[in-house]
Formats: sequence, structure tokens, C-alpha cells
Amino acid sequence: MNAPLESGIGGYVPMVDGPEKVSGRARYTADLAVRPGTLVARLYRSPYAHAEILEVDVSQATRLPGVRAVITGADCDRTFGVLPIARSEHPLARGKVRYRGEPVAAVAAVDDATAKAAIALIRMKVRELPAYFSAAEALAPDALPIHERKRGNIEREVRFEIGDVAQAFAEADLVQEGTYHCPEVCQNQMEMHAALVDYDAEADRLTVHATTQTPHYIHLMMAHVLELPMSKIRVIKPHVGGGFGARTETLNVELIAALLARKTRGRVRLVVTREETFLTHRGRPESHIRVKIGLRRDGRITGVECDCIQRGGAHSGYGIVTILYAGSLLYGLYDLKHVNYHGVRALTNTPPCGAFRGHGTVNVRFAFESLLDRMAEQLGLDPLSVRRANLLVPPTFTDNDLMVNSYGLPECIDWVERRSGWRERRGRLPRGQGLGFACSHYVSGASKAVNPGSEPNATVKVRLDHDGSVAVLSGAAEIGQGSTTVIAQTVAEVLGLGLDRVHVISGDSDLVPTDNGSYSSRVTFQVGNAALDAARQLKTILLNAAARRLETRVENVECLGEHYRAGAQDTGLSFDEVAAEALRGGTIVVTGTYTTIPESHGGKKYLGAAIGGTMAFSYSAQVVQVSVDEDTGVVNVEKVWVAHDCGKALNRLTVEGQVQGSVWMGMGQAMSEEMGYHEGLMVAANMLDYRVPTIFDSPDIEVGIVESNDPHGPFGAKEAGEGSLAALLPALANAVHDAIGIRFDALPMTPDRILAAIEKRRRGHA
Amino acid sequence: MTRVLEIELNGERRADPIEDNLLLLDYLRETVGLTGTKTGCDGGECGACTVLVDGVPRLSCLTLACSLVHRRVETVEGAGADGMLSAVQRGFHEKLGAQCGYCTPGFVVAATALLRWNADPTDDEIRAALGSNICRCTGYVKIIEAVRHAAALQSKGVRARVARPGSC
Repeated sequence: MNAPLESGIGGYVPMVDGPEKVSGRARYTADLAVRPGTLVARLYRSPYAHAEILEVDVSQATRLPGVRAVITGADCDRTFGVLPIARSEHPLARGKVRYRGEPVAAVAAVDDATAKAAIALIRMKVRELPAYFSAAEALAPDALPIHERKRGNIEREVRFEIGDVAQAFAEADLVQEGTYHCPEVCQNQMEMHAALVDYDAEADRLTVHATTQTPHYIHLMMAHVLELPMSKIRVIKPHVGGGFGARTETLNVELIAALLARKTRGRVRLVVTREETFLTHRGRPESHIRVKIGLRRDGRITGVECDCIQRGGAHSGYGIVTILYAGSLLYGLYDLKHVNYHGVRALTNTPPCGAFRGHGTVNVRFAFESLLDRMAEQLGLDPLSVRRANLLVPPTFTDNDLMVNSYGLPECIDWVERRSGWRERRGRLPRGQGLGFACSHYVSGASKAVNPGSEPNATVKVRLDHDGSVAVLSGAAEIGQGSTTVIAQTVAEVLGLGLDRVHVISGDSDLVPTDNGSYSSRVTFQVGNAALDAARQLKTILLNAAARRLETRVENVECLGEHYRAGAQDTGLSFDEVAAEALRGGTIVVTGTYTTIPESHGGKKYLGAAIGGTMAFSYSAQVVQVSVDEDTGVVNVEKVWVAHDCGKALNRLTVEGQVQGSVWMGMGQAMSEEMGYHEGLMVAANMLDYRVPTIFDSPDIEVGIVESNDPHGPFGAKEAGEGSLAALLPALANAVHDAIGIRFDALPMTPDRILAAIEKRRRGHA
Repeated sequence: MTRVLEIELNGERRADPIEDNLLLLDYLRETVGLTGTKTGCDGGECGACTVLVDGVPRLSCLTLACSLVHRRVETVEGAGADGMLSAVQRGFHEKLGAQCGYCTPGFVVAATALLRWNADPTDDEIRAALGSNICRCTGYVKIIEAVRHAAALQSKGVRARVARPGSC
């Protein structure tokens, strides 16, 4: 048995920034000290869903005492968007408004009351246009284009057929199809969007504090939109109150704050409300999915056909990536041979969707695993046996060229089967109680970043300081997922030091190397590998320094972390002595990098096939136990058993926390979360109507960690923060079916829908 | 109208000139500069701004500061003492009851009140005490573990020195 090392690798390690958070000392963007003279910004948002702007009259607002600046679309003609091929958005609308709530004008004033009063004085004249609130309406042949460059309101259409699906269905014992509907959901992270921007007029330099997962993307986009060199912009990411994908692209909030700061030549704070945070959106799109599967009696899947239509909202955002992911990540979980995919991403007059945790995979996985469960039942097969009949054998490449080197799915299935008592209990529970099963997977970092020129994929600097401490400079964005802790642990592990010697500096573009940020579950894998590289370089320097002092050859020196020696009898040197020797030549900073290998970059079989390419996939299997009250329609999720293959748990505490959090977030989507619209007006833009599960609704989630030791992962590690979300939705729906015999192909499974389905069945039987 | 608010805040007596319509949340954050108490919603939906008034959890976003003359208010900053984490704070840190940390001050404050009147709560009692606080990271599993751990630490009278700050 291995005792946890001082770095805590493999142990239960509380987060290094935990004390700041539990004591209330941690500063988030809205907490940053506001010195006198800081202006307060507020936004005027469109009350129209789709309209040509004839005039935005800000004259009265501008004249209001205390107002320092009012800006409109006329102040900035640059477009922004996370994908260089799809920059469709203006910080403030120009020419047209495309959704209710789109920012049209912004005010900077001496205080909040004045800013709000100024907003109330803004008048907009428009010519209203037909608005499209569903994908079907927007895609209708006579619909007007929401964006001129996108005829037919199609952001992206993707088709591929790999293999021969018709032949595969002919060889199946059972071919079935189902249609599934997933509503739009959003991240609803606890911290509302905020930005604090300083403009130094003498230096013509901006300092931007923002609530972001991707400070470097803000840096790039700020330079593009404000037409400044990147060296004239400093981006600081303070503590961030959650992201879940909402903050993986530059938002209008920080751009508008920067435009106001420059215009007023001062300091502007923009903290938007919860309602505005909902309107800014970037959630998971409403999806209509048709899936068709061919299954043999031995459980083998012969072929798959899948159509997916996503309602993307009024702007491009990550949309192209989302619709491509939905197809490419059909692969990578099971051994599929014949697959046909057709995806359509529609532009609509609703707030723009984005990259929500489990980006692109979640809704398609719900459809696939739900249908597979139904078909297994019809063939009298155990749902677990069906998955076991379709396992990949690593190392391998899927038919769409995704690389799989480690594959802990079999062990995940075994673990949940054993822990849940599946074999003994399934089918033997009392009426109204049920068990459901499903699997999912996710990438450990996109192998190719969305912005070009970002190779190497990760860079970390490690500095040896004169007091014998080690500073790690990383651009990885700590958003609560534990990136700072895992980077510190990685460096400490290589050097054999305790965490108290290692200090991570991150989140300031003036100090740290460029990093793509926290998305696509890339940090542990990519930044972890870069940290490993840097730490190993520093260790080589320290070993050489010790050899000089010990007057021996470097290969004779043994590193024991706090102690270096040449042979067991040698009294040796303390780490401080070795560090002092190493530093005789001056400050030591080493640069570690990580670059994904070309084999991981995905395929070229169709346009966009590279989306989905990753160095490693995580795997998850889940059993959910529910009870359903047939009188009230209330579903009680009693327990979840989840096994997650994270390659190697660098920190079991944070892995458990990430897996529990993602399972729970999936439960919200399955049970209660839904963005609703009335004529394009968001009707659930608050935390009462947009109902996330409370502590009363939340089950115990027992986590089994499976370690498949990926050959390329840092210490064998893969991702842990996203892969378990998707399986929860179908596992829960399958459990509800097991409990009451009704399949739910539309989410969320709210009590009224459960009751309606029970009533429908009762009438059908009557 | 402006008036002087005399109040006991985290054990200290203060007197601050305030407007009648000033919310307790804004008094704490903007007037006093105690930013541990968080704004998470547009009013009464999330629990992030929970503080204790005379020992009872209260949403500071729905409370007028001027209604608390001579009352005793405690925030997350008052939970520890002498540079030590309280048992509840230590529970949340050691059991990962905090991930992003934004809801944490509200949870810490609500759990502190719970453990004062019930030193050994059941899981259902923990749920009841924290039912109006939303967390979007943890799924609450480790929050319940954190409160259980805090109860055990409290029964042993353990406090911990605040660890060296990490980084952000």
C-alpha cells in the first residue's frame, strides 16, 4: 500500500485556495475595492426580438447630471466571437437587434442610481421584423435571414456517413428509432457576470478584471475589438464563482465595460444582475434528436443513424463546434462501425447558446442511451450486457479517427453493477421504485484549440526563489475546479516537496504564460503535462547543483525532496543548500510546454471532423435509483452510483467533487431545469423559476474512481469534471421507466409531465 | 433620509451614517467593505448573502440596514477568530464543501447557526438548515460531509490556524 506522498498525489488533498474561500477573504470581480471616482455602468437592452434599428436616442440620457458617457453600436463597428470563422456579434447592437435582451446602449455614471435613471431615458425606434423562436420557424423556407451572411438561418449543417448504415440495419435483429427533446438549459453559475476596467490614458493601456474561464481569449478579443496591441491590455482573472462553460468565450459584458472605460478615460465597474446573467446565456441549446439503432440479439450494435437540430440563438458563439461535437462524439464510447449523422445548427431570435459542461455530447447521449435501453428491454437483454458487447479495445482509433489509448469503461460498468446490487435488485424493487443505467465519456482537452497559433497547447513556467520556495506561473484559470491545486501538486510531486514550498501564480496576463484557459477539460491533462515538463527541468538543475556541491557525478545524486545525497551513507545537503548552489548563477526560471501529438487531432473524413480529437477520453458508468410517487408525479432520486475513469486520480477529493458536481448538474437538466420563452421573452430568468435542485432534492452520489493510467496523461491522469454529466440523464430516465413503466423522451421530467404521462397511459388502458 | 446606524457587527460596535433604503447586503459590502457576503441573485433566491442577525440566519439582500439598530450581525468574516478557521470553516475546507467558493460564505454562516443550537445534527437536520442556500458546484454531497465533519471538530474543540494563502 502506498502512503500518500507529500505532494498529496493520489490522496485526498483540500484545495490550496480553500482557506481564502471559507473565510470570505477570496475576492471575486465584484468584490474588488472600488476607489473613489469609479464609474458604474448599466445597459439598455432591446425589448424587441428581431428589429431593424432606426434610431437610438441617447440625448436625454447623455444630458443627465452625473452621466459620464453613453455609448451605442455607433461607438464600435468590430464584431466578436470565439471562433475566428464566426464572429457575428457586436458588443452593442448595430443595424439590427436579434433577441430580446441584446445590449443596445450603455451608460457610465457616477453612481448606480444615476446610471439606472439614464437608462430609463434612452429611446429606440425600430422597424419590427418577423421573429423566429424555434429552429423549425427559423429554418422555414420563407424565413428572413437573422444574419445576412447565413441564408436559411443555418449556422452550420454537417453530414457524414462512415460505413454502410443501410446494410448494417439489414443485418440487425431489431432496428428502432426514437425522437428526443432536450430543452434549453443554462449554467446559472453562482456569481453573476462582472467586469472592472481601468483605462490609463497616459499609457493608453487597459487593465481588465473579469469573470472568465478564458482570460487569454478575452485578451485576444479585447485587442481585436478595441483595436489595441495585446501589450496595451492586461487581463486579470480574480476568483471566479463558477463557469461550467458560460465563460469560455468573451462576453459583451467585459467588452462594453472596456469601451466605456476608454471613452471616459477612467475606471468602470459593470456588475450585471442575475436576470442579465441569464440573458447573456451561452447555455446548452434546445435539441431535437432522432436516433435509430440496429441491434443484434447478442447485443452488438450494427449501425447508428442520428439527426440533431439545435436552436442556437441569435449569434454564432461556439455553435459550429457544438453541432460537430454532437456527431463526432457518437464515437469514442462504444465500438461503432456504421454511423450516419446529420446535424443542423439554426440561428433563432433567442439569446445565444454556448459551451455548457459536456459540450455537444449531453443531449445526443441522452437520446442514444435511452433508445439503447428500450431496445435491450425488447430483446430481453441486460442493459449492462449490451454495453459489454460493444466495448472498444485500446489502443485504437475509432472509425472517425479519434484516438483511444486508455479505456476504463469495463471496470466502470463492473463497479456500478457491484456497488448498486444491480444483479440482485434490478426488477425486484417494489412498484414505484426503479434502477436505471447508462454510460458516457468526454475529451481531456481538445487537441486543437479553437484559436490558431496557440501551440504548444500549454506552457508553464517554474521559478526557483531565493528562500527555497518554488513559484509556478500558469495561465490556467482556477474557477473552483481545482486547477491551482493540481498544478501545485504536480510540481511538488516531481521535486519531492511538500505543498507548502510551492506557490502558484495565475490569472494575470502580465505575469503568466499564455494559456487557453479552463474549458474542454484540458487543464489537468495539458497544463499538468506542461507543469510536469517544467518541474523535471528544474529537478535536473537541482541535481546538477547538488552534484557540484557534493563533488560527484550527477547520476550519483539521489533526490529525496528535502534532502539530496550521494549514496545512503552521505549526510548530503538540504534542499535549501541545493537551491542556494543552483541560484549562484542567478535567478532560475524554466519553461515547460506540452503539445498534443498529431495522431490525436481527429480525422479529415468530413469537414469539421477534427472536432472531438483529444489525447484521452474519460469514461463513466452510472446506476440511478429513483422512487416515483404516482399520485403527485414527484420523482425522488434516492441514490446515484457513478464510476469514473479519470486515468489516475491526482487528488481523490477534487475528483470526487467534480464527478458529484457533474452528475448533480445532469440531474438538474433531467428533473427541473428549463429556459422558457414567451415570444422570445425569457420567462425563467431568475433562480426561483429556473429551478436548480436544492439540498432537499439531491441524493447521495457515491463515486468509484477507476484508474486506467493513460500513457500520455500526467501520472496517467485524464479529465474528471465533465464526462459523468451526460450519463445521468438517460440513467435517470431509464430508472423512471423501470419504476413506472413509462419512457420519457422529453426533458425535464417535472411532476406535471410525469402525471400527464401516467394519466395518458391510464386512459389508453381504459 | 440619512440616519446613523448603531450596530454590533462581528463583535464590534459601529456607527455609520446610512440612507433608510440601504440594504444590509450593500451596507456590509459597500459601506463597511466586508465583501465576504455575496450577491448571487436579484433578491431572495439563492442564499449567498446569508448573515446572522442575533444568531438567526437572515438574507441580507431582503433586509434594510436601518431595521437593525442595536442588533447583533455576524458575517462570514466573523466566523473565525484570531486568524483561526472556525470548525465550520475548517469542515468546508477539509471536506471540499467549497469549490468555486461563491456560495460558501452563506453556507458557512447558516451551518454556524445550526451547530450552535444542534451540536450533532442528523443529515435531515443539516438539509433543513441549509435548504435555502443554492450551490451550483458540489451537488451538496460534500457540503453535508463538511457540516458533519465540522460537528465532530466542534465537539473536540478544535480550531485551526488559517493556512498560508494559496493563490488566485
